Amino acid sequence: MSGIEALADHKRRRIEELIARTADAGGVSLVRDAGRRLLRNPTAIVGGTIIVLFLIVAIFAPLVAPHDPVQRFPELIKDLTVDTIPGATAGHPLGSDPLGRDFASRMIFGARQTLFVGVLATLIGLLLGVLLGAVAGAVGGWIDVLIMRFTDVMLALPSLLLAITLVALASRSTQWTVIIAVAVVNVPIFARLLRGSMLAQRGSDHVLAARALGVKPRNIVLRHMLPNSLTAVIVQATLTFAVAILDAAALSFLGLGDPDINRAEWGLMLGVDGVRYFEVRPELAYFPALAIIVVALGFTLLGEAIREALDPKNRR
Amino acid sequence: MVRVISRRLIQLVATVLALMTLVFFWLRSLPGGPVDALLGERATPQTRELLTRALGYDQPIWVQYGRFLKNVVTGNFGNSIRTGEPVTAVIGRAFPATVELAVAAIIIAIGLGIPLGYLAARHRGRLLDNATIIVTLIGISIPIFFLGYLLKDWLTQGIHVFPPSGRISTGLDNTDVTGLFVLDGLLTREFDASADALWHLVLPAFTLATIPLAIIIRITRASVLDVLDEDYIRTADAKGLRNATIRKRHVLRNALLPVVTTIGLQTGALLAGAVLTEKVYNWGGLGTLITDSISGGRDYPVLQALILLAAVVFIVVNLVVDLSYAIIDPRVRVQ
Repeated sequence: MSGIEALADHKRRRIEELIARTADAGGVSLVRDAGRRLLRNPTAIVGGTIIVLFLIVAIFAPLVAPHDPVQRFPELIKDLTVDTIPGATAGHPLGSDPLGRDFASRMIFGARQTLFVGVLATLIGLLLGVLLGAVAGAVGGWIDVLIMRFTDVMLALPSLLLAITLVALASRSTQWTVIIAVAVVNVPIFARLLRGSMLAQRGSDHVLAARALGVKPRNIVLRHMLPNSLTAVIVQATLTFAVAILDAAALSFLGLGDPDINRAEWGLMLGVDGVRYFEVRPELAYFPALAIIVVALGFTLLGEAIREALDPKNRR
Repeated sequence: MVRVISRRLIQLVATVLALMTLVFFWLRSLPGGPVDALLGERATPQTRELLTRALGYDQPIWVQYGRFLKNVVTGNFGNSIRTGEPVTAVIGRAFPATVELAVAAIIIAIGLGIPLGYLAARHRGRLLDNATIIVTLIGISIPIFFLGYLLKDWLTQGIHVFPPSGRISTGLDNTDVTGLFVLDGLLTREFDASADALWHLVLPAFTLATIPLAIIIRITRASVLDVLDEDYIRTADAKGLRNATIRKRHVLRNALLPVVTTIGLQTGALLAGAVLTEKVYNWGGLGTLITDSISGGRDYPVLQALILLAAVVFIVVNLVVDLSYAIIDPRVRVQ
């Protein structure tokens, strides 16, 4: 084979490769393209796996857990003293909690309550934030200014401090106080995110095209601008979940958490019993803390992987 | 520049005013109002009426609001319900402790964060980089009060390296000048007190620094990576500049802008972290004050003033950060 032929071969291969690559991405939507990149990203796979396992445990908790999480067992209670909490025994793989309940079952049911608190806090914050942001971005004018000033005021306090303030200002604490306090903290973040994204789209070609075609303003907002802004919101929501369960744990630690002693939620278990009995049996803190770290890590990893996948800079 | 500062100061006043108004009306919208919150549910009608009148809650809401605003402006926040002392005195006593802790934490976070983030970026994809990423991810996922207990358990119980709690050993007769114990020791030449206070500071400061440190490392790394990709770095390299010059003049200088923004935002967050850290180490600063004001029967006058203080600190720090752009980025100066 002569040198020239080899060169031609090489060029042809390059061109074919180029065609294959552009053809591959050409007709693919950003979302599908991002989805494909996500499946190849180890970070996303690790994060996703953690979340799926967490969801399975949370959903099937009654099937997975060996016991009822609120039942107090006589065989565990009899060994409870001021400075001993029984460890693993037959039938109780992680031993007892300070009230003689099965710790392993409480950990498993804890996934459920933690999911509940995290999801609700994130969703409420997201919905309120998206609503405010969409109104600000779509309507503009003095309403926009008003909403943005309002978010400024909320952002003037660090998030956990705002949550502490909200719970402290409520006359007494319940599970809902915690959820709402953690949710409200995220409202300004979602609102600003959505508004920014809507403003960016207001001047974009697809909105201009829709307006030129005579699409009603309401439909432009609902059908064209909002769906295109949602990707950023989804990424933020994934990251918010991690912060929400950490904030809930912090509130429990400060004595502002859910007062229900039967509730098995990781933040509560860590912040109340885990810390109080740290010298006696540190496992009471280690296990919920580990669970919180792993789950928070899972959501952070997935959130960042999605953000990376959606970044047009990484598109090929 | 003057215009920027004055506009931001007006914004500061407006934000603080709005915040105080929200707190004021929230407190009065509670079922039973502040009086019930103070007295609890078992109070007799007589005591309730007495307190209502004493606190001026029997007057129209607008009169109350006007008086409240006047008090805020004149710096009169009333007396603490728990101790009866003026709120300003209570806060003034706790303030230096938190300043000392927060300054130490931010020094750790910046001092370690920027070099580590820079090194991670330079060694992209290699062991150091990956290790740094994993550690920082855990850093932002760990409940910091738990980390505090862990450090305390390992380094004060198992091996006695650090004192478990407090700001200074009891019995050390240190002179109080500024309330910042480390600085006081240096000023009065009581170096033993200074060293002792510093020793007490290590664990709490590291605990509090965890989250800002992790975030500063990540932002620095991402920012340096962005800058390394820029054409002007290639140009600088191509025209034969020494590596050290490129790093200092071109890479670091351009990469620092987002880092500085982050530092500003994190300084505010330190106040929130201090609430948790101070409880773990029994520190006795503003964080402890917040916790005590809440659990010890909701000390609203103190809480109100603390919220105001937190917001002012946060806004002022971020104003300073914005101004520092002018030093780092010549483009801002021109505008």
